[in-house]
Amino acid sequence: MVAIEYYVILSAILFTLGIVGVLIRRNAIVIFMSIELMLNSANLAFIAFARQYNELNGQVFVFFVMTVAAAEVAVGLALMVTIFRTKHSIDVDQLSSLKG
Amino acid sequence: MLLREAAATNYFNLVPWVVFFPVLGILINLLVGGRLREKMIGVIASLAVAASFAVAVLLALSLNDQHAGTIIAFMNLEWISIGDLHIDWAFRVDTLSVTMMLAVSGVGTLIHIYAIAYMHADVRHHQDPTRYRRFFVFFNLFIVMMMILVSADNYLMLFVGWEGVGLCSYLLIGFWYDKGKGGANHLDGISNALAGKKAFITNRIGDFGFLIATFLMFGAFGSLQFDTVFTKAPFASQGTILAITLFMLLGVAGKSAQLPLYVWLPDAMAGPTPVSALIHAATMVTAGVYLVARSHELYALSSQAQNIVALVGGLTALFAATIAVGQFDIKKLLAYSTISQLGFMVAAVGMGAIVAGIFHLVTHAFFKALLFLSAGSVIQGVEAGHHAMEHGSIKESKHKRGEHLNEGGEFDAQDMRNMGGLSRRMPVTFVVYLVGALALAGIFPLAGFWSKDEILAEALHLHPAVFVLLIIAAFFTAFYMTRQIWMIFFSKPRSRPAEYARENSLLLTLPLILLAVLSVFGGALNLPFWHTLTHWLDYTLAEGAKVGSFNYLVAGLSTVLALAAIALGIFLYGKRYQAQAKLPAAQRPVDPVQPYLRGAFTGIQHKWWIDEFYDWLILRRYVALSRFLSYRFEERFWHDWLHDNAIAGSFRQTAHFLAQPVDLGIIDGIANGLGTISQRFASWIRRAQNGFVRSYATWVLAGMVIILGYLILR
Amino acid sequence: MSGYGIEDLVYILPIVFLLVWALVLVLVEAFTKRPDVTMLLAAFGLLAAVTLSVIQFGTEATAFKEMLTVDGYAVFVYMLVLASGLLSLGLAYDYNRRMGWARGEYYILMLFSIAGAMLMASAANLIVVFLALELLSIPLYVMAAFVPNDASSEEAGLKYFLLGAFAGGFVLYGVALIYGATGATNLMDVVAAALGTNSPVMLLTGAALILVGLGFKVALVPFHMWTPDVYQGAPTPVTAYMAVVAKAGGFAALFRVFIAAFPSVSADLTPVIATLVVLTLVVGNVAALAQKNIKRMLAYSSISHAGFLMMAFVTYGSALYADAVTSLLFYLLAFTVTSFGSWAVVIALEKAEGKGLDFEDYAGLGKKYPMLSAAMLVFLLSFAGVPPTLGFAGKFFLFRTVLEAGYAWLAIVGVIMSLVSAFYYLRVVRFMYFEQGDPEVRSEPVLNLVTAITVVGTIFLFLFSGPLLAWASEAVLALI
Repeated sequence: MVAIEYYVILSAILFTLGIVGVLIRRNAIVIFMSIELMLNSANLAFIAFARQYNELNGQVFVFFVMTVAAAEVAVGLALMVTIFRTKHSIDVDQLSSLKG
Repeated sequence: MLLREAAATNYFNLVPWVVFFPVLGILINLLVGGRLREKMIGVIASLAVAASFAVAVLLALSLNDQHAGTIIAFMNLEWISIGDLHIDWAFRVDTLSVTMMLAVSGVGTLIHIYAIAYMHADVRHHQDPTRYRRFFVFFNLFIVMMMILVSADNYLMLFVGWEGVGLCSYLLIGFWYDKGKGGANHLDGISNALAGKKAFITNRIGDFGFLIATFLMFGAFGSLQFDTVFTKAPFASQGTILAITLFMLLGVAGKSAQLPLYVWLPDAMAGPTPVSALIHAATMVTAGVYLVARSHELYALSSQAQNIVALVGGLTALFAATIAVGQFDIKKLLAYSTISQLGFMVAAVGMGAIVAGIFHLVTHAFFKALLFLSAGSVIQGVEAGHHAMEHGSIKESKHKRGEHLNEGGEFDAQDMRNMGGLSRRMPVTFVVYLVGALALAGIFPLAGFWSKDEILAEALHLHPAVFVLLIIAAFFTAFYMTRQIWMIFFSKPRSRPAEYARENSLLLTLPLILLAVLSVFGGALNLPFWHTLTHWLDYTLAEGAKVGSFNYLVAGLSTVLALAAIALGIFLYGKRYQAQAKLPAAQRPVDPVQPYLRGAFTGIQHKWWIDEFYDWLILRRYVALSRFLSYRFEERFWHDWLHDNAIAGSFRQTAHFLAQPVDLGIIDGIANGLGTISQRFASWIRRAQNGFVRSYATWVLAGMVIILGYLILR
Repeated sequence: MSGYGIEDLVYILPIVFLLVWALVLVLVEAFTKRPDVTMLLAAFGLLAAVTLSVIQFGTEATAFKEMLTVDGYAVFVYMLVLASGLLSLGLAYDYNRRMGWARGEYYILMLFSIAGAMLMASAANLIVVFLALELLSIPLYVMAAFVPNDASSEEAGLKYFLLGAFAGGFVLYGVALIYGATGATNLMDVVAAALGTNSPVMLLTGAALILVGLGFKVALVPFHMWTPDVYQGAPTPVTAYMAVVAKAGGFAALFRVFIAAFPSVSADLTPVIATLVVLTLVVGNVAALAQKNIKRMLAYSSISHAGFLMMAFVTYGSALYADAVTSLLFYLLAFTVTSFGSWAVVIALEKAEGKGLDFEDYAGLGKKYPMLSAAMLVFLLSFAGVPPTLGFAGKFFLFRTVLEAGYAWLAIVGVIMSLVSAFYYLRVVRFMYFEQGDPEVRSEPVLNLVTAITVVGTIFLFLFSGPLLAWASEAVLALI
């Protein structure tokens, strides 16, 4: 059996990767995917801890999170589509008219 | 305090009512006086005082049974309790205080009644009905304060009354503060107010002395209650007693117009005549005499103090009597006479002849009140004549040459040189005035004869030097009264208004008649061989009043002197005055006695330049001091040097320093810096707020990393 | 493990009703296409939820295995949020019609979002906090981008969405870590387990992540950067709505979670919180000084108010936290009323395509529309904390609590920052009363009603701050 630490470390790496992705990528969809990665890293942690504590709660949470992620996808993609219609781009660095 | 309860034993419990009745009068007049008719206001005020008198009579009756008297703590009220100082609001009922109550409220009632009529003229002349109420409220307030003064059981409560009567005196002297030109008095409003101020300030000097005495007493005896003080006094050092009594004498000199503080009293005649009669002749000015009598146990402990008091009284008596000879103003003359008579009383109580002093106090209250009120009657009579003349009934040139005008250039109804021959026009006034004058002159068997002779007899026995002063003063007294009577009532009128003078109404003359009766029979209070008053006061006076034997020598001497003075007066002011009046103005002497006295008369006329002396000694010095303080000290030193140079200059230098290097350099730097910093900060924030989502996310991450770093590495 | 009973639903009936009602309205809207009808029905739903909340007042219960709590604290927030919803409807109705994008979905989304905010107040389980946060936020992303074919609105929506989801990720990961540290997500179990935990670093990290995520929602510096952009770009009624409701929900959850679950780490977190407060106050107020657009100014002002609200939080581990929460709730109420009022005035002056939103557009308002400018004056004074306004009472109670807790320096910073805030609030006043101009305002009944209600409330409630405070304090008692 793989020790819990490995799962936690892996999830932390995934979370960090997600953050880095948000920070360095300019495409809104890729940024959103990075955020999904952060959520999924949390999911991984949940499952690992659920196994450690030998209970179901953590695993159930993952379903909740996936649902939320799905909802976010729906809203996020819709927004990106709208923006693409207006600006013909989903490069977030071009979305900087509001500032100061 | 119900009458029924009280009557069961005695009436002592009623004593607060001597104060409350006048208070009630004040309240009624204050609350509803505005709606009442003029007469009603006066009637209420008079009834209040009369009720007070009735209570005093009841107290006297009770005292007749229980001679020792009592102390009534009002509702067990502890007035002041600070540390060791415990003072109750308590009334003292004994023969001395009740004698004073009787005199104050009795004479007060009569003067109130007189004032109803007298002040009516004032209102008529000034078209101001509200002042009628104001007058009677002040008048009642005076009675309240006087009653507190005489019924006090401790020095502080006495001081309350003492200050209170001073206040009323001030208010009433300046009662005509708003009087314009052409009033009944020869002073205009401002000088009336100034007279009030003079009285107040002079009295403050005396009060200062009294206060110091009070402090000393508390320091030495730990109490201000009379009995406690007197019990402990014999154990105090001679120096302490002397200090207390002499500081107290300063208070006495202020209130009772003795040397050197008498100067306010003549000016106080600026007030309405009833005020002069009640406050500045009969009652308030005797408060000092009462104070010495009340404190006689202290004075008895120090023969030096007694000596000084007696000398002050004797000198005042003579000094004021000489000045009275040179006065032309009918009221001023009486004022100096009052000072002189107060000197008699102070001398008496100073010598330890308490009974004689109080006896003279009472009889003097009768006849001096009578004289003042009669003088008021004369003034109103002459004014009425002047009024009739002015308003058409007599068609003649407005003013005859030679009439004496006041400072405003108008006819002066108080100048005796404008009078003459009034005995025919004003017979009642003439008779009562004559009675008062004879009583004052000490002619047998009028009241003044008995009381003055008792003082003289005691003086001969106790203090011969003072006796000499007093008997000379008595001679002058008879002389100036004769002069006054003759100038006012005899020979021919010396002015048109005097020719048309009118007798006053019965309301005005009735109190005069009553007072005249009292002046005639007042001596019966303490006739030789009976000594009613002596025995009566004996119950209060600690050492027992000495029953002085009637001294025929003294009586005879004083009577002879008085008669001589009268004869001299008649000689000078009878034919000779008439004869001189016919001389051309340039050769005519100011007064018939002037040729005989020459320079001395000038001195008398100018009141021995005491006012000028005080002006030079105190006022000038004071003004110079204030000038010095204001110009040299305040302006030059304080303002120019200290303020402008030292403070402002150094401030300016500091400010310059602060402004140039510090402010511009540092503070401005900071302020500008703050502005700049906040601007820079704001623009930095604005730049950070660059609109890039990823940059925002970086900030979130940075914040989180810093927090986690802090939490983990801490 | 027994199942859930009907009583669980009854306890959270206001939320359940609101959600069901929102679903029904989706159908209604789909078939009728009548935004007015939807709006009225939404308003009815909100009123009904208010009624249900009133009935629930005094309830002390947990539902769904202690995942949800209904207590005075929750009901206070319910009422606040529902009232905000009603006021937002009032703001949006005329505005959306004027701007020509009246769509029924707007109101339905708002109902979902309100339900999310209510859930945040009731959440007693960390995972519920996360879900409620998403329920609150996701409709807001849409609403922010609601203006069709408007680049600003869309930009605001996407920024909000990306950053919101990013912050949501932090919250979720924090929950996961706490679950790992304690084996529980129910607040009661967390606090019990935290006492004996063998990994305080994990617990602390989890708590910090949750603080960051929720701090993002309530716009604490440095997690605030989205706020000005989104507030400016979003339709003004949405801005007004999210300024209040997102804050109310965020703070409600933040306080419950930290007071109930993390008292053991309060000593560690208090300096962090205090630093956040100071940063937020300084940055919010200083940045507001440099603004010329009223929406951005109000955005920074709302950031600074988040700082003030957060001030109450520094005492959360001490014995005084009850007072602190009381003053927080009161301040929240004051902020709600004042904020809606000021946004109502902004909406009244706003014209199409983001015009009419600069300070210059307010010049001459005092002369031409004395009532409106007087109302704005009242709101600005209340923001600045000048008596006799509700804002003053809010600041007063808040500073008093902070002082009593021994954070005098923090109270001084707060007072200084209130003074700084007066500068930019009064700048608007200067434009209104001392500058020449000719503003044009159309009189719209519902908007006027909202303005009137809030201006009366700002002054009138100030006079009853005592009873209100007592109510807030009663609400807090349940939390303890």
